[in-house]
Amino acid sequence: MGIIVSLGAVLAIMVVAWIGGSISGLQPIFGVLVPYAAFAVFLVGFCRKVVDWAKSPVPFRIPTTAGQEVSLPWIKSAKLDNPSTTAGVIGRMFLEVFCFRSLFRNTRADLRSGYLYYSPSKWLWLFAIGFHYAFLIIALRHLRLFVHPIPGFVETLDAVDGMFQIGIPPIYLTDLLFVGAVTALLCRRLFLSKVRFISLPADYFPLFLLLGIGITGLLMRFVFRVDIVSVKQLANGLASLHPTVPDNIGSIFFVHVALVSTLFAYFPFSKLMHMGGVFMSPTRNLANTNRMERHENPWWTPPKFHTYAEYEDMYRDLMKEAGLPLERE
Amino acid sequence: MAKELTPQEMLRIDLSPPTQDWMDIPVEIKPGIYCYPAKPEKLEIVGMPNAHEWNPLDEDWNLPEGWKETFLEGMRERLDKHRTFKIFMDICVRCGACADKCHFFLGSGDPKNMPVVRGELIRSIYRGEFTKAGKILGRLAGGRKLTEDVLKEIWSYMFQCTECRRCSLFCPYGIDTAEITIIGRELLNLLGLNINWIQEPVANCYETGNHLGLLPHTFVQNIEFLLMDIEEYVGIKIEPSFNRKGAEILFITPSGDVFAEPGIYTLMGYLMIFEHIGLDYTWSTYACEGGNFGFFTSLEMAQRLNAKMYHEAERLGVKWILGGECGHMWRVVHQYMNTFNKPVPTMEEPVSPITGTKFENAKSLKMVHMSEFTADLIKHGKLNLDPSRNDHYKVTFHDSCNPSRGMGMFEEPRYIIKNVCNHFYEMPENTIREQTFCCGSGSGLNAGENMELRLRGGLPRANAAKYVHEKYGVNMLANVCAIDRAVLPASMEYWCPDMQVAGVSELVANALIMEGEGPRTMNLRGEEIPGMAPAEEESEGTEDV
Amino acid sequence: MYDTGKVITGLVIFVGIFTFAFWYTAGTAAPRPEPKLDTPEIQKMAKKQCVEDTQFMITTHMQLLNKLRDQALRDGNRWYVNSKGEKVWISLQNTCLKCHSNKKDFCDKCHNYAGVDPYCWDCHIDPNRSEL
Repeated sequence: MGIIVSLGAVLAIMVVAWIGGSISGLQPIFGVLVPYAAFAVFLVGFCRKVVDWAKSPVPFRIPTTAGQEVSLPWIKSAKLDNPSTTAGVIGRMFLEVFCFRSLFRNTRADLRSGYLYYSPSKWLWLFAIGFHYAFLIIALRHLRLFVHPIPGFVETLDAVDGMFQIGIPPIYLTDLLFVGAVTALLCRRLFLSKVRFISLPADYFPLFLLLGIGITGLLMRFVFRVDIVSVKQLANGLASLHPTVPDNIGSIFFVHVALVSTLFAYFPFSKLMHMGGVFMSPTRNLANTNRMERHENPWWTPPKFHTYAEYEDMYRDLMKEAGLPLERE
Repeated sequence: MAKELTPQEMLRIDLSPPTQDWMDIPVEIKPGIYCYPAKPEKLEIVGMPNAHEWNPLDEDWNLPEGWKETFLEGMRERLDKHRTFKIFMDICVRCGACADKCHFFLGSGDPKNMPVVRGELIRSIYRGEFTKAGKILGRLAGGRKLTEDVLKEIWSYMFQCTECRRCSLFCPYGIDTAEITIIGRELLNLLGLNINWIQEPVANCYETGNHLGLLPHTFVQNIEFLLMDIEEYVGIKIEPSFNRKGAEILFITPSGDVFAEPGIYTLMGYLMIFEHIGLDYTWSTYACEGGNFGFFTSLEMAQRLNAKMYHEAERLGVKWILGGECGHMWRVVHQYMNTFNKPVPTMEEPVSPITGTKFENAKSLKMVHMSEFTADLIKHGKLNLDPSRNDHYKVTFHDSCNPSRGMGMFEEPRYIIKNVCNHFYEMPENTIREQTFCCGSGSGLNAGENMELRLRGGLPRANAAKYVHEKYGVNMLANVCAIDRAVLPASMEYWCPDMQVAGVSELVANALIMEGEGPRTMNLRGEEIPGMAPAEEESEGTEDV
Repeated sequence: MYDTGKVITGLVIFVGIFTFAFWYTAGTAAPRPEPKLDTPEIQKMAKKQCVEDTQFMITTHMQLLNKLRDQALRDGNRWYVNSKGEKVWISLQNTCLKCHSNKKDFCDKCHNYAGVDPYCWDCHIDPNRSEL
């Protein structure tokens, strides 16, 4: 059900945008209003979500320690997997954010003839990191359409990404990687029983959305060509806050824009917020210094406990009999 | 029920979930899996709310009036108090990396034991009751309403998680199911829905100072029995002190070790090591519980039980606290205690009086782990050791979840074992250190009535033990956890019958050559040590080693 | 512990990165390039029309050029029959660039604007470049 609903939702967005994009009177809505609104929702929504998280304190220091602690001077500690310094935490977070370190640990367990076997399983890591880096580079490459003059790093990325000069215009490696990785991630959800069991519409929807974005992008580049100068004029207009909608941009462009806008607007209200969350996860971003420094809890209240005096009052005779020292006889 | 299932039958586990939507699979409270509910009086002793009679197998759980509001209000409060909870409700992408990391899932195949689903049980409430999308779109947004059936499902699975954090290790965002379970159990406790195996120790600990409810004199007597055993097997008379003011160090260990095999041997080990080095320390009958079952009900209860340690340290005027071998005790001590309590000004930064080593990693909390302390003693040559006395043991080390993933103590116990045993073998790498598997009965699930759950949850650990047993002939599963010592024997008996279980300090004491000791022909268990025949010459010969 | 400072810093960086295009553009849109069609050769033409219609040439000229290159060089067939049935001699330098003799004001205008770096000029030279 989740699959059909999610796919249906993405297709509906595409159809609406296709129709809207082909009616020139509506183009300012699909080309300007929708992207602006979506981007504003994204920025404001993202920040609000993060601020909302930040309003809740981190009452306890609970890093997941994945290596040797700092203890005796002759025992080597795991500076990144169990950091005890700020530099170590930054290192750990760098590995998490840029290398997906925890996901890289992944194993698969199999039960065969009474024995559990664990084997490294890097597929999920590979698809995930492939998708994320492809997406990042694609997003950066798109800057060529938003800004002028085009920054050097964008031109370099463009050149490197298209360096094999296959096809005209040359195909970008990241485009293939993006569509391939998203498809692989989708296939995991469709065909692996465990992942299918846990998948919700909210898991299929972003994947269909991303796939739609990738496919419409490729179609625009290779099949239903659009006038790239007009596209840039529109994008550059948006970025410079002087939006214009040039004539003769194909409807496919508006489909692409609508899907990207949906992604932006949907982002703050969805699991995609893991982008912000990964930085704020207390099991990863805290140093394991628990016994070295005191971590304060803002809602700390003094514990109501059974004091020694109460204990002695309760058991004085028994204690006396056992020869235990007493505060009061 | 577990007792009737053979290991072969138990092993018929299907790890492929059905194609059904998990929200459509009704909850089933099964004998052998669930634990008996908390007795109302045990909740009342510590003033926990909504104590009532109920039976998990009944249709009607006698839920208190307004239970739904209480639960949701409690959720809202915890969302505001814990950034973890808020973030973990929002950012799970259900990638499935955690799915096959849980010992309960691997041992049962119950798909709702996949950590992600355990989280989703509560996340679905969060979405359905707290987010706009979930309120409007319902299941389409992954949300559902809190109904009695949903509550029962949450209860069932919050008590099928041992808070071991293995899933958290593999989560790309560090989502910690233990955190969700801790909060989930807190919410259930608001409705009086605890299990007795947790609540009774809590109530006991609150008054008597220990889970077992040992009264002061009994606590002392139990230790005296063990001292008599030491005298018999080792030929040394030890006279430890209790509640003594002015001692340098207060020693606190789980009360399980005072009471039951094989934990008592570990405790005998502590007594012998301290005697050997002439440590100026004292036991306390008031703060006589290292473990903290309060941690399995609510963080507040954990704090209330934990407070006794510092309270007693201050009263006795000790400089620092030495803590025995225990798993969840050290999760609480290492990650929570320093926040639970205000510092005690009379205590000092811990320094080993024997070696002069400053335990700088504990300079603020002023509490040192027994293994850290012992490893330092051995490194400085302060223990006279004859590892050959452990030659009949082929030893492997089971990293307990909490000192592993909530502290990171891996090398100290290994260093100790390698110095006191000649035969040490590691279990497969995906089952040790930070990837270690739970014993299957942690976080207060070591009851008798849920034996099937315990054996299922214990499978991954037992399976790895069986592997080294078959490959190297390993026959001793060493550990630094009182719950391990209490539950692994049952798990081993079922899955790997020739495996014994021991605390690390027991192995140390076996190897320890004490001044003035008699012929060591018996180990701390009162068993003949093979090759150490009672004949005088032979035993003297080995002592020269 | 709230780490307010760190959270705010993080958000500022986040907003900074995601609004890069806005502040880099600083409110000024680059003018749309208007490729010049006023070369002497074009002005001589009675009907100012490329080998295919203008909209097609704007969006798809690179694919056409690529196709024609393959046809000319790999198949040895240097005649292109366009959609109106007219025959055109395939030669970048002698046909295309004969009319569009102003690479700087024609090709480069849009290519620079859109950040496109075609590899035409890896092999071809601009016959009209000033250094000649």
